[in-house]
Amino acid sequence: MDLLEYQGKQLFARHGVPVPRGGYAATVDEAVDVADGLGYPVVVKAQVQIGGRGKAGGIKIAQDRDECRAHAEAILGMDIRGLTVRELWIEEASDIASEYYASFVFDRAAKATLAMLSTKGGMDIEAVAEEDPSAIARLHIDPLLGFQDYHARRLCFEAGVDADVVRPVSALLAKLYEAYVAEEAMLVEVNPLIIKQDRSVAALDAKVTLDDNALFRHPENAELRNPSAEDPQEQMAKERGLTYVKLDGDIGILGNGAGLVMSTLDVVAQAGGRPANFLDAGGGSKAEAITSAVEVILSDPKVKAVLFNIFGGITRCDEVARGLITAFEQIKPQVPFVVRLDGTNDQEGRQLLADANLPNVHTAATMDEAASKVVEVARA
Amino acid sequence: MSILVDKDTRLCVSGITGREGTFHTLNNKRYGTNVVAGVTPGKEGQDVDGIPVYNTFRKAVDEHGANTAMIFVPPRFAADSILEAADAGIKLIVAITEGIPAHDELRVYTHLKRLGDVRLVGPNCPGILSPGKANVGIIPAAFFKEGNVGVVSRSGTLTYQIGNELAQRGFGNSSIVGIGGDPVPGSSFIDIIELFENDPQTELIVMSGEIGGSAEEEAAEYIAANVSKPVVGYIAGFTAPPGKTMGHAGAIVSGSQGTAAAKAEALESKGVRVGRTPTQVADIAVEILGG
Repeated sequence: MDLLEYQGKQLFARHGVPVPRGGYAATVDEAVDVADGLGYPVVVKAQVQIGGRGKAGGIKIAQDRDECRAHAEAILGMDIRGLTVRELWIEEASDIASEYYASFVFDRAAKATLAMLSTKGGMDIEAVAEEDPSAIARLHIDPLLGFQDYHARRLCFEAGVDADVVRPVSALLAKLYEAYVAEEAMLVEVNPLIIKQDRSVAALDAKVTLDDNALFRHPENAELRNPSAEDPQEQMAKERGLTYVKLDGDIGILGNGAGLVMSTLDVVAQAGGRPANFLDAGGGSKAEAITSAVEVILSDPKVKAVLFNIFGGITRCDEVARGLITAFEQIKPQVPFVVRLDGTNDQEGRQLLADANLPNVHTAATMDEAASKVVEVARA
Repeated sequence: MSILVDKDTRLCVSGITGREGTFHTLNNKRYGTNVVAGVTPGKEGQDVDGIPVYNTFRKAVDEHGANTAMIFVPPRFAADSILEAADAGIKLIVAITEGIPAHDELRVYTHLKRLGDVRLVGPNCPGILSPGKANVGIIPAAFFKEGNVGVVSRSGTLTYQIGNELAQRGFGNSSIVGIGGDPVPGSSFIDIIELFENDPQTELIVMSGEIGGSAEEEAAEYIAANVSKPVVGYIAGFTAPPGKTMGHAGAIVSGSQGTAAAKAEALESKGVRVGRTPTQVADIAVEILGG
């Protein structure tokens, strides 16, 4: 789960990472109220989960109330690379002397947390890594030892941090690691980490990715929303406890097991089709879950045909067939279906489908045949 | 021969009294797996179809010489259960549980690595099946018979799909190992491929990977340097968009990292043939071993 800047900053603040004072606004009037409370100048920042907000005109400085109002009006509703801005973060303007970069990232390959610090902040860190890898100090943190003061000092000295701010930068890093562990993040990134004219430090931006699997321990994080990124089908699937990812094609896909569904998408693409979604109905899917999943898939108006690809292990093919039959009774789909059932109770499942004689439902014996068939019926 | 589980397996199941735990434990037992005990804190003295239940792993080991643990408890208890099994002296731990927090997995991985002699398979995996010998986990054993193909996979149902394609062409399996779909798997492709390389029954190794991380790329390097047996690969997720988690917690393309294309290319550049569909994997196996 990716947080918006303001959500990340609020999370940082809870753990003592210094951030500029600021407030949330969803309307122009709210933006002006927040700015009046902070005092001018302020920065009006679009809250969308995408890089390049500044270049797109989504971050503006306002010297007074009139400017703040004008900027808020311009930015709310603005489209930034496909995302509509619905929320703003208004914060006090900072006197910036230098821009650094700091992050802790869950490094899967190393099976440890990677800490990174650079004095070349405020730009794309991947570009810095490519042009001048020595500009980024890195070290891995042992999860059972944690982030020690010497780690922070080593990063600071290796990165070439100005001597007079080694202490506050080290303190910020320690707090940032504390936030990373306590909130069970996969990434906390500060870019830029600013050194102000008075030599104090602060996180001027916040990029945070939380571990979805740990949200049960963090109910306050589980409730965070990102309205600009919410897709109606993904929202609907989430409420129903289904694993669904929206894609941009027109063939709805349902399968059981993440690997098999990914493989199904690939096979459909190889057959010349474009999948509309990823939907894993999960192990041991019962009929109701299948019916519910069909509703989610068909709520996407682009879907022209649907492929069911089931290899029953714990999942029983007769349950899947029953779910599909119920879905046809309840929602009367207008698009063709192709169904491939294999594995546990496949004979029973196929028999149920044959007996039900559903309109416009085709069966296929293999995954490859099913993929070709669904591409064909979607084009018809 | 086979790897990891066989007739010498003495299994203890954590979470044996839960609905899923009971169901799959009894499936494993019916298959012929020697299930010696279960652990559910507070339920010592009960039994599940004759399998005694204990409060602690320590006692299951003391009383029954359990040498393999299967973890079936919910995510919030799973890391603790794995650590308890290791502390009790169990050397092979198979964690089926899906949804364990990544930081828990990282701490468990680091601790077990330091112990040095404990192998964790999973979490978020379907377990291990050695056809004709033992089934530890949730793999539907009916589809597989004994044979010479070793399978290692990050996914459950995709393993059944590939295994079934192989079975239809007459191949059986030495062992089928699910290493799981999480960001920090206890065992990697390399760990399992090394075991298959040393297993006399295994003549061909099938590895089924997916997007996310770099385990397939690392396996490619390892295979080129250390593996004499033929390896056939499969990678799922060519059509997965970046930044989206595709069902498994570990199945995510981050920026340009962890794509299916890069993984297939890494394997092929080291001479590992990669099937573009599960059917193609079986076709390649036929070419290598003869139909």
